[in-house]
Amino acid sequence: MTLESLKKTPTKGPPPRGESPATAGGTTLPEPPPSAEKRLLRHGMMPHMLCPGCGHGIVFEAMLRALASRYEQLDDVAFVAGIGCSSRVVGYIDACTLHTTHGRPLTFATGLKLARPELKVVVVTGDGDGLSIGGNHLIHAARRNVDLTCVLFNNEIYGMTGGQLAPTTIPGAYTSTSPQGNAESPFDAARLVEAAGATYVARAQSYRTREFEDLFLRALDHKGFSFVEVMTDCTEYFGRTNRLGNGADLLFSQARVEPAIDADLAGRSTLKEVRSTPVRPVLEMGVLHESSRPTLEESMKLSGAGS
Amino acid sequence: MSQQLIQGNEACARGALAAGCTFFAGYPISPSSEIAELLARELPPRGSVFIQMEDEIASMGAVLGASLGGRRAMTATSGPGFTLMQEHLGYASLAEIPCVVVDVMRGGPSTGLPTSPAQGDVMQARWGSHGDRATIALAPGNVQEVYSLTIEAFRLAETLRTPVAVLYDEVIGHMREGVVLHEPTPEELGRRTAPRAAFSPTFLPYEPDENGVAMLPDFGRGYRFHVTGLMHDERGYPTSDHVKVAELLERLERKVEPAVAAVPPERYRLEDASVVLVAYGIVARTARAAVDLLRREGIRAGLLRTRLLWPLPAPALTEVSSSAELVVVAEMNRGQWALEVERLAGGKTVLAPYLKAGGSVITAEELAGHVRRLAREGVAVS
Ligand SMILES: Cc1ncc(C[n+]2csc(CCOP(=O)(O)OP(=O)(O)O)c2C)c(N)n1
Ligand code: SF4
Ligand SMILES: [Mg+2]
Repeated sequence: MTLESLKKTPTKGPPPRGESPATAGGTTLPEPPPSAEKRLLRHGMMPHMLCPGCGHGIVFEAMLRALASRYEQLDDVAFVAGIGCSSRVVGYIDACTLHTTHGRPLTFATGLKLARPELKVVVVTGDGDGLSIGGNHLIHAARRNVDLTCVLFNNEIYGMTGGQLAPTTIPGAYTSTSPQGNAESPFDAARLVEAAGATYVARAQSYRTREFEDLFLRALDHKGFSFVEVMTDCTEYFGRTNRLGNGADLLFSQARVEPAIDADLAGRSTLKEVRSTPVRPVLEMGVLHESSRPTLEESMKLSGAGS
Repeated sequence: MSQQLIQGNEACARGALAAGCTFFAGYPISPSSEIAELLARELPPRGSVFIQMEDEIASMGAVLGASLGGRRAMTATSGPGFTLMQEHLGYASLAEIPCVVVDVMRGGPSTGLPTSPAQGDVMQARWGSHGDRATIALAPGNVQEVYSLTIEAFRLAETLRTPVAVLYDEVIGHMREGVVLHEPTPEELGRRTAPRAAFSPTFLPYEPDENGVAMLPDFGRGYRFHVTGLMHDERGYPTSDHVKVAELLERLERKVEPAVAAVPPERYRLEDASVVLVAYGIVARTARAAVDLLRREGIRAGLLRTRLLWPLPAPALTEVSSSAELVVVAEMNRGQWALEVERLAGGKTVLAPYLKAGGSVITAEELAGHVRRLAREGVAVS
């Protein structure tokens, strides 16, 4: 989708404040081109509820593409998510999908994995879901080295509830609950999880989807607790509240380490100067940590563990 | 069958094992910890799972994840932990995930009286989670019953696909009695209904069977479907259709009703009783002794001992309140179940509950004294 076509898509505005029901704020997307990943979509659940330009959609598509490269059908992969715009994406996957409670997907996933070690379990969470209300579960899942993959969509804000402060919001950023600018410091999710004992930790961006796909597939292959933090953009709230431009501007802003893109963006009036706040710093991407130790299921000697 | 002298909490763990429990997740708390400790010893050697989670929210989440994976799963806790479990109990009710939660009640609110008995979680079991949640809560009155009602809790949870709470107080939890550990029959164990058709794209995981129970399969058995805590249709997809949502809530309430017939109350000297004591758990034992005391004094007393708190055993309560001159609900709280009895029996009889909160069991003498006083005042004469 080009920037132009994005602009022409009639938007219905942000989802209503408060949690959006089934399809509130949803936009009927033009019929996507036939693709391998489309096979893994749960078409009955469409239209989806993500806003136009939302980075979550880009990451979700990349996830599906990666999964489609590996699976014909998702019969032995279960997806578990919490509550948030990010967490809602699992419902669109044609698999066993579990949309749990806010912050707790890793607890359900731990139970499911121990009950059925032969299943592949993928958790999708958001920065609010996984690091705020669910922060304790995140570090404990990492410590236990449960053999599952956790993908945290980090848009540095609470998208679903209307753009409130998150524990990942950068200092100075404006949100509906930090109208004077954020006074707090953010978590570095990847480093936190690594310190807690995760055996695979990677960070990706919605801007570089191929790299995300690669890091995600490596996470799926990894035995033990694998964690992929992916930087995405909430265009409706983070972008608009901080006047950072539209979805495409936000996406490109992730690529500011590339001089040509940085130079190009410098001329745009909508986009903040990279060194001014609130613009998030460019973080280290790729595999940040990889190690090996027995998984929880192996230590518990559960049959089917490690298969 | 030979008897074994065991503690209430041990009977609970033994009952769970006999009921085929293969998954326990929990967090230590008095006065329930012995259940976890025993299962920590017993489950792993059988290839089953025991895990101590980081808190009770996580314990309940793990139980639900395991149950969706097909396990008969449980947790055990006390008041403060039961409070933390409420959100996931609501989730389990709405998403129709079987599980058993044992709450060994201690004095509250808050940290309260960690090692003293109480019956203060009766309303929490009913209304602790937000929304209109239909629920089942059992109340064993002795150690033998802790064993058999734990088995029954699994049967109800599995067959009706709903969380079932087992509530008893610290005294029953720690008391030792002779117990027959009978092996349950397949009927006593019960099992989940499996979907009738093979998987197809039009498969409806939340289609109810003739008993109003959804027939969802376990995860990873060839059926692909969605489970959510949002209001959902028969596909399991989120819906805000007012009619469908109202129907769903109505069905969830209706489907727990079979518990009333499955767990009948015990009637003691009720035939000609003009004074009916209504009690559950440990209080039912002292109430029974109070009935004998009062009978010796010529007061026609009887006892309705309920083993089911929720859904309310309405027929039995209506029956006694129509026949008795005086109904005394005795419980160790500031008045919880008594309010429900009042709601049901209001106007039909005189109600004079005997309530005691503070950490000690209501004695037979206290209860008999309460009735004597009322008799002297002419409230109940026989
Ligand atoms: C117990 C509880 N508290 C609060 C909420 C409201 N709530 C829903 S989503 C959400 C934040 C989601 O943020 P995040 O995980 O970052 O997801 P995003 O929408 O940004 O993708 C909150 C606070 C809730 N559903 N449950
Ligand atoms: S994260 Fe923001 S942009 Fe994305 S769907 Fe939610 S509110 Fe919309
Ligand atoms: Mg977020």
